[in-house]
Amino acid sequence: MKKIISRIGLLLTLLLMVVSLSACSSSASQKNVLKDDKQTKTITWGVKADTKLFGLMDVRDNQIKGFEIDLAKAMTKQILGKDGKARFIQVTSQTRMPLLRNGNIDAIMATMTITPERAKQVDFSRSYFDAGQAILVKNGSPIKNVKGLNHKGAIVLGVVGSNSVQNIKKFAPKAKVLQLSDYSQALTALKSGQGDALTTDNGILYGMSIENPGYSVVGGTFTNEPYGIAVDKGQGKMRDAMNHALTKVENSGQYNQLLYKWFHKVHGFDLKGAER
Amino acid sequence: MISIFQNYGGELLYGLGQTLLCSIIALVFALIIGSGFAILEVFPNKFLRIISRVYIEVFRNIPLLVITMFFYVVIPMYIVEISGFASGTVGLILYSSAFIAETVRSGIQSVDPGQMEGARANGLTFWQAMRYIVLPQAFRYVIPPLGNQFINLVKNSSVLAFVAGFDLMYQGNVIASDSLQSMSTYLCVGMLYLILTLPLSYYMRYLEKKLA
Repeated sequence: MKKIISRIGLLLTLLLMVVSLSACSSSASQKNVLKDDKQTKTITWGVKADTKLFGLMDVRDNQIKGFEIDLAKAMTKQILGKDGKARFIQVTSQTRMPLLRNGNIDAIMATMTITPERAKQVDFSRSYFDAGQAILVKNGSPIKNVKGLNHKGAIVLGVVGSNSVQNIKKFAPKAKVLQLSDYSQALTALKSGQGDALTTDNGILYGMSIENPGYSVVGGTFTNEPYGIAVDKGQGKMRDAMNHALTKVENSGQYNQLLYKWFHKVHGFDLKGAER
Repeated sequence: MISIFQNYGGELLYGLGQTLLCSIIALVFALIIGSGFAILEVFPNKFLRIISRVYIEVFRNIPLLVITMFFYVVIPMYIVEISGFASGTVGLILYSSAFIAETVRSGIQSVDPGQMEGARANGLTFWQAMRYIVLPQAFRYVIPPLGNQFINLVKNSSVLAFVAGFDLMYQGNVIASDSLQSMSTYLCVGMLYLILTLPLSYYMRYLEKKLA
C-alpha cells in the first residue's frame, strides 16, 4: 500500500512539473523590438541557410548568401541608417516561429508564405517576393504536373512546417506525403528514390535544379505563395518600419538589382514579372 | 495541451503505434543479435572473437543517425528500396545490438569460470554449457543494465523522425509546425514517451526483484 502511494506521489509530481512548465509558455517579451534595435544598431534576422538562391551557407567562408540576405542587409540600412548591422541566425521552417516568439530573432525572412493561420501568431509585412508552389522530378519521370501525383502509391516529399505540404494534400489528396526536416534532406531523399516528386515553392526548386541538372521543375505553379517578413505579435512599429524600408528599397531600384543578381541565370524564371 | 490531444489525437496515437512497433521489432532482434555476438566474444575460436569485436566497435561508435541515414539514402541508391520506417528500425537494431552485446558479455564474464569448466568436465559441449549453465546466470546479472538499454532503445526510436518514419517524434514535429504550439505539442509527445518507458522500467525492476 505504501508503495502504491509513493508511486502515485511520483506521478503527481511529474504532472505538477508539466503543468507548471506549460504555465510559463506565455509570451515573455512585451518589449519594443524596434527601439532596442535602434539602440544596439543591430537587427537580428532569422534566415534560411539551406535554400539555394534565397539563403545558403557558403562553407568556404561560413557566410550565408542569397537574395533574402542581401534584401535584409539593404532593409537594415534603411531602418537603422548607414552604420546599422544585420545579424543572421539560421532557422528552419520548424524553428523559426519559436525563435521569434522567444525573442532570439527580431524578424523572420525565411521563404515564409503569408497565410491567415500564421497571421494569427505573428505580424506580417507586405509581400517581398511572390512565389508559387511547383514540383521537382527526375528528368524523364512520367509525372508531368501535380495531377500526375494524384494516385495511390505516389509519394511526395516536403519539408516539415512548410505551407506546401498542406497544399499538396489539397491538390493531390491520394498521394502520400513524407515530411523531412530540411530541403537538402528532402532533395537527398528524392535522389535516393524515397519519393516520386519534391514539392515546395518554385524559387527554391529552381535553385535545386541549377545544382542538380538531372532534375527539373515541371507543370508550372499551382498556388500563390507571397513571402512576407514576420515579426512578433504586438511589434506593430517594427512591422511598419519593415514595410517602409521595403518600399524604399523597391523605389530606389535596389530591389530589381538584387533580383537580377540572384535570378537572371535561372532557367524558366519570369524576371520581368517579378520586378517591382 | 488538451486541445492538442483533441485536434491531433489520431496522429499522436498513430505515432505512438509506430514507435511501439519499431521498438518491439528492434528490441527482439537487438536482443537476439546482441546475445549472439556476446557469446561469440567469449568463444574459444579467435577468428570469431575478432569478427564480433569489429561488429561491436563499429556500430557502438557510430552515431545512430549516421547509421540510419546510410540505410535511408545510400542503400536505396545501390542495393534495394527501403522505406524510412525500415531503415530507422534496421539502424536501431544494429546500434542497440552492439550495446546489448557488450552488456551481455559483461554478464557472461561475471559468471565464475569454474561453472563453465565444471560443466565441460561433466561432458557438456560448449554450447550446452553456455545454454544451460552460463547464460541463465549471466542474464540474471545483467537485467538492470539491460533494462537501461531497452529504455534507451525506445527513446532512440525517435531517430525515425529524421527519415519520415511516422513515429511519435515525427508526428510531434508535424503537429508543432501545424498548430504553432511547440511547447504543448512536445509536452504531449514527452508524456506519450513516458507512457511507453515507465511501464517498461517498472517491469524490468520487477524482473530484477523476482530473479536476482
